[in-house]
Amino acid sequence: MRDFFSAVIGKTVRQVARLRGGGSALPGLVVERLDPGFLARVLSRLPYGVVAVSGTNGKTTTTKMIVEMLEARGLRVFTNRTGSNFSRGVIAAAVQECSVTGKLDADVAVLELDEAHAMYFIERVKPRFTLLLNVLRDQLDRFGEIDTTAKLLQRIADATTEGLVVNREDRLIAAIGEQTRARAVAPPEVRTFGLSNALLSTFPSDDDFHAGTAEAVTLEERPDADVTLVELGDHSAVFRIDGQDLRTDLKLEGLYNTFNAAAALSTVRMVLQAPILPGHPEAQRATTTDTELVQALAEVRPAFGRGEQLDLDGQPLDLVLVKNPAGFRLGLASFDPEGVAVMIAINDQYADGRDMSWLWDVDFASLSAQGVSTVSGTRAWDMALRLEHDDVAVGEVHESLSDALRAFRSGSPDQPRRIYCTYTAMLALRKELAELTEVENIW
Amino acid sequence: MSDNPELLIASLYPRDMNIYGDRGNVLSLARRARAQGFTPRVVDVNPGDALPEQLDIVIGGGGQDSGQSRVAKDLAQRAATIQDLATDGTPMLMVCGLYQLFGHRFITNTGDELVGIGVLDVETRGGEERMIGNIVLDSEQFGEIIGYENHSGDTTLGSGSRPLGRVTQGAGNNPRDGVEGARTANVIGTYLHGSLLPKNPAISDFLIAEAATRRYGSFTPIAAEDNTVLRARESAKRRPR
Repeated sequence: MRDFFSAVIGKTVRQVARLRGGGSALPGLVVERLDPGFLARVLSRLPYGVVAVSGTNGKTTTTKMIVEMLEARGLRVFTNRTGSNFSRGVIAAAVQECSVTGKLDADVAVLELDEAHAMYFIERVKPRFTLLLNVLRDQLDRFGEIDTTAKLLQRIADATTEGLVVNREDRLIAAIGEQTRARAVAPPEVRTFGLSNALLSTFPSDDDFHAGTAEAVTLEERPDADVTLVELGDHSAVFRIDGQDLRTDLKLEGLYNTFNAAAALSTVRMVLQAPILPGHPEAQRATTTDTELVQALAEVRPAFGRGEQLDLDGQPLDLVLVKNPAGFRLGLASFDPEGVAVMIAINDQYADGRDMSWLWDVDFASLSAQGVSTVSGTRAWDMALRLEHDDVAVGEVHESLSDALRAFRSGSPDQPRRIYCTYTAMLALRKELAELTEVENIW
Repeated sequence: MSDNPELLIASLYPRDMNIYGDRGNVLSLARRARAQGFTPRVVDVNPGDALPEQLDIVIGGGGQDSGQSRVAKDLAQRAATIQDLATDGTPMLMVCGLYQLFGHRFITNTGDELVGIGVLDVETRGGEERMIGNIVLDSEQFGEIIGYENHSGDTTLGSGSRPLGRVTQGAGNNPRDGVEGARTANVIGTYLHGSLLPKNPAISDFLIAEAATRRYGSFTPIAAEDNTVLRARESAKRRPR
């Protein structure tokens, strides 16, 4: 009966919020206040349980990969599609999708969790499986310290009941994996995803960036991870799983997305190899081969603005979200700047990160040959100053995104284009661009 | 090879103390030195490395508490050398974690004490309140100083150091005193990130001028005013806390 009331109230609030043009998480707030156990009850009824995805970079795209691979195997997946990380966003999504009796029409939940708000979530719901991607300096004005972020992720691992997938190339995440293996009571299974030794040098971590000139280190042969990325090409990759090398084309772009695909593969394998939870005699376990999983991966497109390609004025326009130094560095490294007109838009609202210091941990020299056509955002001049320090020529500076977009379009008529932007700048630009071209609904 | 006179900049602990973008200070100082007619040479000094024999400027940044413990030990071993350099008038800029360690001590939240080298007359306690946001200072020597602070260290000045500036927006060394940073001789300590020097070239010019005068006998500024810096300062000042 309780679920009935909560679901109906939540759905009503959502209708009202939509009519008023309100945000996506308001219904969640209402239900949460009325019925704090709603989310836990709804999710506890799923035959495959709950998968949590957390870490600094790549959560949204990796969550999307996991969802699409599970759907390709015939599972019905509940996920927080709007990318709103917070618990309220998850509850809001649940309210939207459940029946009036509070039953979700799904086999499994795959939820993207922001490190800090995850604490609120894990108090109510213990994930059956968790994927931890990385810990990077990001939004230091929210967390203050990388170690603090790592501790939060450890707590998510501590709350996980059956399976944990960790990035063996990230020192802090790998340590969480070790701690979890050593858990005294009912430790979950721990698997890793990783890179071959050959690829390890192409992924500079924040530690490496500041170590200065690379010391030639001979890496010992390491055992395979559960899924290892062994080769990387232009829109293609080779993954090693159970000793077998599987090659695939990819719609995903960028070094980071391809490495996260290894994370997604490992997580999906874990979910599909686990038994159905008790209490679901009718549920059939979905079987799969690694080859089929990799084939499903080939169809996944990048998520909401994280390397999204639009068509503008008959030319491709890449929108690249940048949130922190590692992400910006890889965003620059994984795209060839030659012949491409570049715009950079840096805002400093809460969701973008308010401290501009992070721009100084990115090397922009790769843009110096072509220059940057337009710089925009509330911190356009800080960005222009940063570029000046790397001798990158800047065409025009316009704090206003509309003015900048206009100048960018008229200044680069017959060229492919790329815009690097922080989160709120991305949202604002997508709105402007939706008037000009086809912009996909948030996946 | 250049005919321009050299200035050697020692960058302290870039590997351990690098979390807050303070690398920007090294980049900006080197660039400003070039604009002022010098050839800068930057030498990284990580734990265990020798300090260069003839150095002109020393600069260091902020890091995590864990990085700070690692460098505190190494710094303690260099205490006498650095104190001598400071007393002799060597210009230095220490930000955040190294600002704290250039003081007498840093007492953490849990009561552990990290001993500093006492070049600046300050003491820091790990506090409850995080002082975080855009910050603007007013200073006699450098005019307005614009940056971003992010620290829970609560720092107080003794009589041997004067502040870097008076806070006109933000917190500063602690929530009570209304001042930020510390100065003794030619050593500046501050919590300001941003990074600090790119938007505040007056501070770079001070470090360069002192270094040049000490080494070459005199200094004549030749760098032109930079419009990008001016615009960045104007817009950063207008940003909310």
